[in-house]
Amino acid sequence: MASYLIRRLLLMLLTLFGVSIIIFLLLRLVPGNIADILFDQAGMVDPSEKAAIVTELGLDRPLHEQYLQWIGDLMQGDLGTSYLSEKPALEEIAPRIPISARLAGLALLFSVVIGVPLGVLSAVRQNSMLDYVLRIVSLSGLSMPSFWLGLLVLMAALALFGNIPIYTSEPASFWQTVALYLVPAAVVGFRSSALIMRLTRSSMLEVLRQDYIRTARSKGAPESSVNFVHALRNAVVPVTTTIGVEAAFLIGGLIVTETVFNIPGVARFLVEAIRWRDYPIVQNLVMFIAVVVVTVNFLVDLLYMVLDPRIRYAE
Amino acid sequence: MTRATATVDDSALLKRAGANLNSRMGLLAFLARRYPLGAAGAVIFLIFVLLALFADATGLDPYATNARLSLAAPGFGHWLGTDLMGRDVLARIVHGSRISLAVGIGSTALGCAIGVTVGLASGYVGGWFDLAVQRVSDMLQSLPLLVMALVMAASFGPSLGHTILAISIPLIPNVARVIRSNTLSLREMPFVEAAKAIGMSEWRIAVVHVLPNTIAPLIVLATAQLGSTILTEASLSFLGLGVPEPHPSWGRMLSESAAEYMRQAPWLVIFPGIAISLIVFGTNLMGDALRDLLDPRQRS
Repeated sequence: MASYLIRRLLLMLLTLFGVSIIIFLLLRLVPGNIADILFDQAGMVDPSEKAAIVTELGLDRPLHEQYLQWIGDLMQGDLGTSYLSEKPALEEIAPRIPISARLAGLALLFSVVIGVPLGVLSAVRQNSMLDYVLRIVSLSGLSMPSFWLGLLVLMAALALFGNIPIYTSEPASFWQTVALYLVPAAVVGFRSSALIMRLTRSSMLEVLRQDYIRTARSKGAPESSVNFVHALRNAVVPVTTTIGVEAAFLIGGLIVTETVFNIPGVARFLVEAIRWRDYPIVQNLVMFIAVVVVTVNFLVDLLYMVLDPRIRYAE
Repeated sequence: MTRATATVDDSALLKRAGANLNSRMGLLAFLARRYPLGAAGAVIFLIFVLLALFADATGLDPYATNARLSLAAPGFGHWLGTDLMGRDVLARIVHGSRISLAVGIGSTALGCAIGVTVGLASGYVGGWFDLAVQRVSDMLQSLPLLVMALVMAASFGPSLGHTILAISIPLIPNVARVIRSNTLSLREMPFVEAAKAIGMSEWRIAVVHVLPNTIAPLIVLATAQLGSTILTEASLSFLGLGVPEPHPSWGRMLSESAAEYMRQAPWLVIFPGIAISLIVFGTNLMGDALRDLLDPRQRS
């Protein structure tokens, strides 16, 4: 077990090292840097000023030097300075993380609370009208772009209340909290809930055919206990992987939803930083996302062992 | 399960279920009866393909502006209304299907082509090459599709070709992994041993015998990816980093003026969104049916 953990941790570090190189090189492929953008858009006409900016930001140094500087600083907790705001990148990123984390947490909660019970229901009533309706709804959930769902919600808010919720860090009332956090979270989580529902259904169907379920029924166990205690416990093991993967990948949904609802989280900030070629922000944010994904995957593997004692990773 | 045995089993199974295997139409009719939702999905997808192919023949002009018709409501002449510049929304949706399908099919095909080559080589060559491919796959898979596509789209610059490339690269590891694991199990099959025994070279065996047997899982995977590539293109365009103007892209139609004018012109939000959802819904239905048909483990 210990050697497995050490091997996994080393692999995680190797993966993150690779991601850092990929991201660093990709950003340097970009035609035009921040100096070009400032030069073009801010109307600076003096080329010497542009050259000064390039030198000041170190963009004229060899690529390997720029990379080593970034990684060295990162190891010491120094994320560099945002090219745009000229504030330390950490100061720009850190306050935005709790906003996105809260949204992602609520979205995940929404997707599990909706997805798992509906998946069980759909499996238990296989081939019924309810099953067909739930399957079609879940497939629609997977087909609808999150940003469109968000726009539809905003349109509905406009039609019902005459205005759309504007983000504030301190909601004044319960209903404002619902509008500002729960509604966008539901929009982000809708797709995941559809995915979790489909997986719970197929996993439940497989488990419900097993002998021990027949034994439980023949012993006279009530149907609800067979479904939710005996079957769900085993069916939930593969679903956990999806929940874990979705937790990490919710960031895709966050990017567009934060943009639609104008929420100042890290996901929307990433898009803005990409548009402005703000390298310190982009590369550190992407690394942060990679760390979250890799860590969540690792935790899911460990959780797998706890949920299913039959799973033991080879020494 | 390999094709060598699956083909025999499948045709026997299909015949028993009442399929007429003598004609293509007979088989199609049987599959449509067996998988009605999948057939519906295929019809939806086909309609969009036809729209894309014959967009010019419809006579609808997606670029014609008319200031007097700015934000005109749906009605005669402009069935789905017009946008801020007076451009016909229906025309832009019909022509937008070209972008959606070009990026969806293009990036899926490119991602699959590279993924199959890498996966086959990785499973066949093994050793250090396999290990390196596995690690690079780990790296590419540790970022969500949209984040990876965003960074790549920004790096390559805005164009149709670059958008296809940006979305196809994150797909490669998914495809490579599936093909690799299939290759590893196929390598141990008796027909590969037989090919070796008659003196066939390793590469010939890989290409002639192993590769065709990975087609079924590849079709399942490609159809499943098609929907997500179309959604990713729409998201990239919505965020302003996808296919540039003047191409009519559904995602950008939703970002341009839709959000600003959703009160005066709700049709700008509703119709492009329906188009995206419908085409992805069609591919998902088709993908589910194909998975049921081609993946014996999933067959109910």
